[in-house]
Amino acid sequence: MVDELLFFMEVLVGGLLAGTMYSLVALGFVLIFKASATFNFSQGAMVFFSVLAFCGFMQDFNIPFVLAFILAAFLMVVVGLCTERFVLRPLMNASEDTVLMATIGLGYVLEGLAQAAWGVEVRRLDLGIGDFPVPWIADNLKLFISALDITAGFVAAIMIIGLFLLFKYTKIGLGLRAVADDAGAASSIGIPLKHIMLLVWSAAGVVALVAGCMWGARAGVQFALVDLALKALPVLIIGGFSSIPGAIIGGLIIGAVEKVLEVYIGPFFGGAIEGWAPYVLAIFFLLYRPEGLFGEKIIRRV
Amino acid sequence: MKPVFMTYTKKDLINLAVCMFLSVLIIPTFITTEYWYTSILIPWLCLALATIGQQIVMGYTGQLALGAAGFMAAGAFAMFNLILRVPDLGFVGSLIVSGLIAAAFGILFGLPSLKVRGIYLMVATLASQFFIIWMIDKFGWFKNYDSSGIITAQDIVIMGKPFTTPLAMYFVCLAVTTVLTLLAMNMARGSTGRNWMAVRDMDIAAESMGVSLLRTKVQAFAISAFYCGVAGALFAFCYLKSLEPVAFDIKLSFKILFMCILGGLGTINGAFIGAAFILLFPVLLNAIGNNVFHGAIDATIISSIEQVIFGGLMIIFMIYEPLGMAKLWENIKITIKSKLSSSNIESLKTSKLKK
Repeated sequence: MVDELLFFMEVLVGGLLAGTMYSLVALGFVLIFKASATFNFSQGAMVFFSVLAFCGFMQDFNIPFVLAFILAAFLMVVVGLCTERFVLRPLMNASEDTVLMATIGLGYVLEGLAQAAWGVEVRRLDLGIGDFPVPWIADNLKLFISALDITAGFVAAIMIIGLFLLFKYTKIGLGLRAVADDAGAASSIGIPLKHIMLLVWSAAGVVALVAGCMWGARAGVQFALVDLALKALPVLIIGGFSSIPGAIIGGLIIGAVEKVLEVYIGPFFGGAIEGWAPYVLAIFFLLYRPEGLFGEKIIRRV
Repeated sequence: MKPVFMTYTKKDLINLAVCMFLSVLIIPTFITTEYWYTSILIPWLCLALATIGQQIVMGYTGQLALGAAGFMAAGAFAMFNLILRVPDLGFVGSLIVSGLIAAAFGILFGLPSLKVRGIYLMVATLASQFFIIWMIDKFGWFKNYDSSGIITAQDIVIMGKPFTTPLAMYFVCLAVTTVLTLLAMNMARGSTGRNWMAVRDMDIAAESMGVSLLRTKVQAFAISAFYCGVAGALFAFCYLKSLEPVAFDIKLSFKILFMCILGGLGTINGAFIGAAFILLFPVLLNAIGNNVFHGAIDATIISSIEQVIFGGLMIIFMIYEPLGMAKLWENIKITIKSKLSSSNIESLKTSKLKK
């Protein structure tokens, strides 16, 4: 009985920590959605693009770790700049769905560029953190939890606290919130929309880079990262598109439910239900609470 | 213009006659290489049919869906099992029933569209994509307990006659595509299509005008999935000649989405233009790579460049012509016509002056 409980705890904790990885991807979506009500479908491609560039700088040019990270982050700022100038500004007054489709195109561009520049083979990314159980926890609590998962959890926590402070206490954060509330009104009182957009897209790019590093260290830096990033969508539906805490809680729920279902129900169906379980969970959420746990209620008028 | 027959105008009938003339007489007499049939014409017809399905749900009803390949897989494997287990049904009967089975999945996964729209719906339809592929993959019955993972599709036999040559298969695809395209045009122009478009343009307004959202949306999803299912069955039986779930992954769904958007949302001819473009462009790019650069550029780089161009085009079209290539074609026609008529006027003027 104790063993079973321990095993359940292990599955649950493993799932929760894996969920923080989804949260990291979802965080990028939320940042952009909050500031511009744009759904950025290319976030997954940004994750792939940034981490592949990071790996490329390190492995092809032998640039040291920290410098490569800064370069990759700078590259993401450039991507943000180009996106603002060439995609978002011309589509300023277009409908939501049009912008969404344009970001699907942007995702394709980023994926193609990344592969053209750095090749298609799977790259290994070594962060110096092993993807194996931490001995101390294994000995004392009898739980096998990967060091990488714990690091991802910490990184996610730090980023959320940082973003929260940024949104809440800085002038930039105030501007961001104003733009999110009503872009027209914000620009009429002199908040520079362009700068805000650039800032948000750059921040989302850096978040993508961090998420990419975590995913890359686990699964290898490869095209499959884009598909993994799609799982951030159900996370967003559960958490709500405009809420940073929602992204975290949503990620945790998806991570935990997916692992528990896989371990306890999966065997009856031949396994691999992880692939669709999050989406079906999202459908149930959509039916009962379309705005997500923390989202704002959507009111539409004729 | 007044319809001559059902909802078709005289212009449509002329277009149909020209298309039939081209596809039934000209193409078979002038194209004799198998490559054209097996790698271009057959997949083009199949994917155009699937794109019409996507058009119905996305272009006409305005519901952002991303699961066409899932329904195609449902249709393809339904076809395989029907021919295997119910041989009395025949090819055409199996094709219709497999379309209906796909339609049942369409209804099931289209239900969330009653509550949500936009990106939310996209996520719900992604569930169908992943679920259907997983279901086929995990339950051996669907694959007749074949362990190799790839099953060879049965030969096409209609009324006791085998249709196995590329040309014969081309005619099968052509016949099915023609019938379904005409049906789709009829639906799109009739009251069904008007309801779809009313829901697309403003669903709340449509509802208050007495259009039942439940009926319209579920109908659109069912018909869309029917088209995708039939297209998937043809795709597997005429083009791939094998059945494997991997062939219907999310990438194919994205491809069909691109065909639909680049071709032109809310148009039937856009489906054909879009499918032709997405299918032919890589062929062209490869030809350039081989003939101009003599293979100096790696094939993987070419496919990456292709992706960049598709994505870039998507952005450009969204900015400058959200209605896609069909609208572009329409604009060109109008420009030429106005040029012609203005030159006619000019010539009239000059001739009058001479008099």
